[in-house]
Amino acid sequence: MPTMSEKILARASGKNEVEAGDIVIANIDVAMTHDLTGPLSVESFEKIGAEKVWDASKIVIPFDHQVPADSIDSANNHMLMREFVKQQGIEHFYDVNAGVCHQILPELGHVVPGEVIVGADSHTCTHGALGAFATGIGSTDMAMVFAEGNLWFKVPETNRFEITGKLKENVYAKDVILHIIGQMSVDGSTYKACEFAGETIEDMSVSERMVICNMAIEMGGKTGLVEPDKKTIEYVENHSKKPYKVYKTDLDSPSLNIIDIDVSDLEPQVACPHNVDNVRPVSEVDQEIDQVFLGSCTNGRLSDLREAAKIIKGKKVANGTRMLVIPASKEVYSKALDEGLLKIFVDAGALVSAPCCGPCLGGHTGIIGPGEVSLSTSNRNFKGRQGSPDGKVFLASAAVAAASAIEGRIVAPE
Amino acid sequence: MKGTAWKFGDDIDTDIIVPGRYLIYTDEERLAEHCMEGLDADFDKKCKNGDFIVAGRNFGCGSSREHAPIALKGVGVAAVIAESFARIFYRNATNVGVPLLEAPGICELVENQEEIEVDMEKGLITNENGDSIEFKKLPPFMLEILEQGGLIEYLKNKR
Ligand code: SF4
Repeated sequence: MPTMSEKILARASGKNEVEAGDIVIANIDVAMTHDLTGPLSVESFEKIGAEKVWDASKIVIPFDHQVPADSIDSANNHMLMREFVKQQGIEHFYDVNAGVCHQILPELGHVVPGEVIVGADSHTCTHGALGAFATGIGSTDMAMVFAEGNLWFKVPETNRFEITGKLKENVYAKDVILHIIGQMSVDGSTYKACEFAGETIEDMSVSERMVICNMAIEMGGKTGLVEPDKKTIEYVENHSKKPYKVYKTDLDSPSLNIIDIDVSDLEPQVACPHNVDNVRPVSEVDQEIDQVFLGSCTNGRLSDLREAAKIIKGKKVANGTRMLVIPASKEVYSKALDEGLLKIFVDAGALVSAPCCGPCLGGHTGIIGPGEVSLSTSNRNFKGRQGSPDGKVFLASAAVAAASAIEGRIVAPE
Repeated sequence: MKGTAWKFGDDIDTDIIVPGRYLIYTDEERLAEHCMEGLDADFDKKCKNGDFIVAGRNFGCGSSREHAPIALKGVGVAAVIAESFARIFYRNATNVGVPLLEAPGICELVENQEEIEVDMEKGLITNENGDSIEFKKLPPFMLEILEQGGLIEYLKNKR
């Protein structure tokens, strides 16, 4: 009767069965740390007195937050990490030209169903979209993983969202997850595994499922998960050579809490400052904007760029509003080039930049000033998230971002 | 332990505790300079060694940045006492040696800048009027990690 999280954690800890509440020591299949949390992980690794990582083939290190280096401090961090990679013989290192960690991990075949994946980044939950148990950890925990290859976990209970209804035109995965977080509140799934199921999820592509799982952490979730199906397997076989194992949830599991959500009437949604659960239909929001950011590990994928380009084609970004378009990875960038999407954005007056996290965390490009308003396709609208604590961040889908860029205010696409 | 309580609201996220643009630093001192800066630019100067943070629900929500508990350690916070905590932050704070005490009702008991007393052994928090509430006592292994200043020191001393 276990849930898929329980089954995966049992497998990884060498047990026949585990149940919610148990503490297990699980072997890690993939450990990811990036340019921003990496230096602390490496410092802690050295402080433990460890010399060699447990398995250089299971560690993935992408640079994405501060790329290319924007200060001497970040250049120093990059140098430190490159040295660590060399010294330890880390096999999967992606320098400044690859893209955002949560996009490139699945794209480059590092994520397959049934694995336990940890990342020194809270949005590691994204990878559960492929049926893995994936969760964010801190740098000291990561140092432990580097040294030992395992980590203790409390087996979580599961909130399973059974989502039904066909989405209306111009309503996307982002609107669905914003709606759910609005219903659940920012701590409504704390410590829980969040499973997303039902016909609406079945209809979604793997990319759309990643949007949903990406934001599980915004309601406190330990991970986001979707049971693998034909689409998952097709994606995995096209992207990875690793062996995988499909786990599904037994619906009679005692640690399962089922939440039914009907999205057939859902309108485009927007999360207003400064909490992700402050969600309203776009039609109820009257707000001018200074900056639009289309990108991030939530909505910087090819499908997002296509949706936005369709809306913006032949139009201009409003006077007084600036738009930043940052494809989430090299692959997305390259395909968007081939499809002519980037030209559409450039011709509309948007700035198109190389793959990176961009303004999402307010550390690199596109920082907003006091009183400025950003409409962003990313996942967090915390006070000060994109720069000045006196600025405001609103979150929405790529389609809403594009329509709003043209109008200079938050609007839904027609 | 006795100290001043600095009171904050619900959902204090890791971007408030230390904003993203300072994550390029890893040292306690520099991170401490920016601790809680979005809500109170001088917090690092006001907060003295041994003071407490008192907060509402879901303290530490958001990112996995260990820079957040390191910044709190840097300003000298002896413990964070909140109605509830976010998950990744809870682990990280323990790992770097900042005690987190879950005390439902704390926001009603304590005013901003009130002197409070925390008794780790009895699991009691007492305000200036002598009123107290209980918090969930920490298990012995966690106390040991905290007493030694974090998981790394703990492991080193065990070796
Ligand atoms: S895009 Fe934003 S949320 Fe995603 S990894 Fe980068 S900073 Fe984090």
